[in-house]
Amino acid sequence: MATQSSRLAARLMVAPSVFVLFVWMAVPLAMTLYYSFRLYRLLSPDRSGWVGFTNYLWFFRSPDFWQAIANTLALVGGVLALTIVFGILIALLIDQPVKGQGVLRILVIAPFFVMPPVAASIWENLFMHPQNGLFAALARGLGAEPILFLESYPMMSVIGIVAWEWLPFATLILLTALQSLSPEQLEAAEMDGAGAFGRFRYIILPHLTRAITVVILIQTIFLLGIFGEIFTTTQGGPGSASTTLPYMIFKQAIVAKDIGRAAAGGIIAVILANIIAYFLMRGIGRHLDS
Amino acid sequence: MGKIVLKQIRKSFGEVDVIPGIDLTIEDGEFVVFVGPSGCGKSTLLRLIAGLEDASSGKTEIDGRDATNLPPGRRGLAMVFQSYALYPHMTVRKNIAFPLKMAGMSQAEQDRKVEQAANVLNLSNYLDRRPAQLSGGQRQRVAIGRAIVREPAAFLFDEPLSNLDAALRVTMRQEISELHQSLKTTMIYVTHDQVEAMTMADKIVVLNAGRIEQVGSPLELYNHPQNLFVAGFIGSPKMNFITGEVAAQYGCTTLGVRPEHMVVSSGGPWEGVIGLAEHLGSDTFLKVDVPGLGVLTVRGSGEMGLHHGMAVRLGPQEGRLYRFGPEGKALA
Repeated sequence: MATQSSRLAARLMVAPSVFVLFVWMAVPLAMTLYYSFRLYRLLSPDRSGWVGFTNYLWFFRSPDFWQAIANTLALVGGVLALTIVFGILIALLIDQPVKGQGVLRILVIAPFFVMPPVAASIWENLFMHPQNGLFAALARGLGAEPILFLESYPMMSVIGIVAWEWLPFATLILLTALQSLSPEQLEAAEMDGAGAFGRFRYIILPHLTRAITVVILIQTIFLLGIFGEIFTTTQGGPGSASTTLPYMIFKQAIVAKDIGRAAAGGIIAVILANIIAYFLMRGIGRHLDS
Repeated sequence: MGKIVLKQIRKSFGEVDVIPGIDLTIEDGEFVVFVGPSGCGKSTLLRLIAGLEDASSGKTEIDGRDATNLPPGRRGLAMVFQSYALYPHMTVRKNIAFPLKMAGMSQAEQDRKVEQAANVLNLSNYLDRRPAQLSGGQRQRVAIGRAIVREPAAFLFDEPLSNLDAALRVTMRQEISELHQSLKTTMIYVTHDQVEAMTMADKIVVLNAGRIEQVGSPLELYNHPQNLFVAGFIGSPKMNFITGEVAAQYGCTTLGVRPEHMVVSSGGPWEGVIGLAEHLGSDTFLKVDVPGLGVLTVRGSGEMGLHHGMAVRLGPQEGRLYRFGPEGKALA
């Protein structure tokens, strides 16, 4: 009896926060859903009404949309690949006992503290700029034509910038995982005749799987919504070469001022995120259990 | 074949000489135990032989071959670590097969050797489990299995039993001894437990502060300790040391009497009060406070009806005395 009543009390006490959280999530979702089926343009507010799936169909018929989906996936996949590969390499490097290890680690983590628009501006103007940029100067020094990064390779440039920003996060998570590997296991592998590559392949990498899973899951959540870096550098262009789904929604909402279409895009983004989450959890979620 | 020769092996970490220079020969097929208090350099010495530490100077020979600069994987030695160091993400089968896989052996050959090792070690039913699903003793066996499949020149054990409970430790001790009887491979075993040293070793190396104090068979060390350190370290309970006038009567600086060579009798030369009596059934240990000599430990038979607070007379068995000179060296 006592357990039951205390359980009831617990539920009653948790209820308000559960309610607030639910409203917090459900109301915006419901409103987005509502607007996604409405004609609602800020430039002609007097014309309104139900339009069925017209807003969704506009997306599916737009060639830009499929490009945007591909770009979004390329951004997520590209940044994940770069941050994990380089994150492991840098973590292995700064795990070595070197002089000034503390300073070195702070330097490696530093990019994470730079705000996304600032980071993107730095890259655009100081590195990738065809006249003033460091890369252009290097190219000219080698007697080559400077590469027009943001014009010729807009998506790759954005991936590079975002990867630079997220590399410290991946490095940090992987480094802490690396430090939890018992040195005796590496010594045992060494005694067993495993060379440096064998130790990495059979001991270190399996030990890192859980950390890599965490990096993939967390980064995917944030990378799906990347916007500031694109807005600061390419504005989704040239044409729509570097437009991602969030950027396309932004263009509909703020530039075209079409709230109905933007809402439909938002719902598509939610569905896309859920599909990716489903496959991620099915594919690698089991690594989270020890 | 596993003859290991160390020549003037020295190891220092920065300014600190952990091992100031050791010469040691380990014959093929011997069971050698390195024993000493913690921090005496016994584990470092083992790691030097394994190649996990580089010697600051000196030479290591394995099978007559200079192995000083060989990496651990190419010395032909296998090691069992204190924490077992099993690979947690691999099954028992893969753990045992790992050194074979690294050696590039065919899958069929690997399977055959793993089965064979599993039979010897009673692990056949656990081959598809992971280390986390095994008990301490089973993990220990997997670690040994991983060592024996390679057919190494010598086995190195680094305090392998210290994580097991007392009963299991006795069983595993016997298993390792039996393994040595059947494989006849050189084994080097590091421990701080002198019971393990006495029961398992063909040859004990007593280390203290990075120096070899004495090398010899267990009974040699027990019967003829060369100095005070070995006398105090080998034997349990510890040997009684008596200094001062009484020692001078026997013509030495320190007189050593093992507790088992102390006799309680009314004719004994020393008189004292029992401070503590421990009745173990088979034995009775007495701590007797003798004025002028300090607290002496006496080992008597289990039926001894003596208790705390009783006054007793006791003395040493003549002929079982150990006499040490001013520098702690044994006198002949």
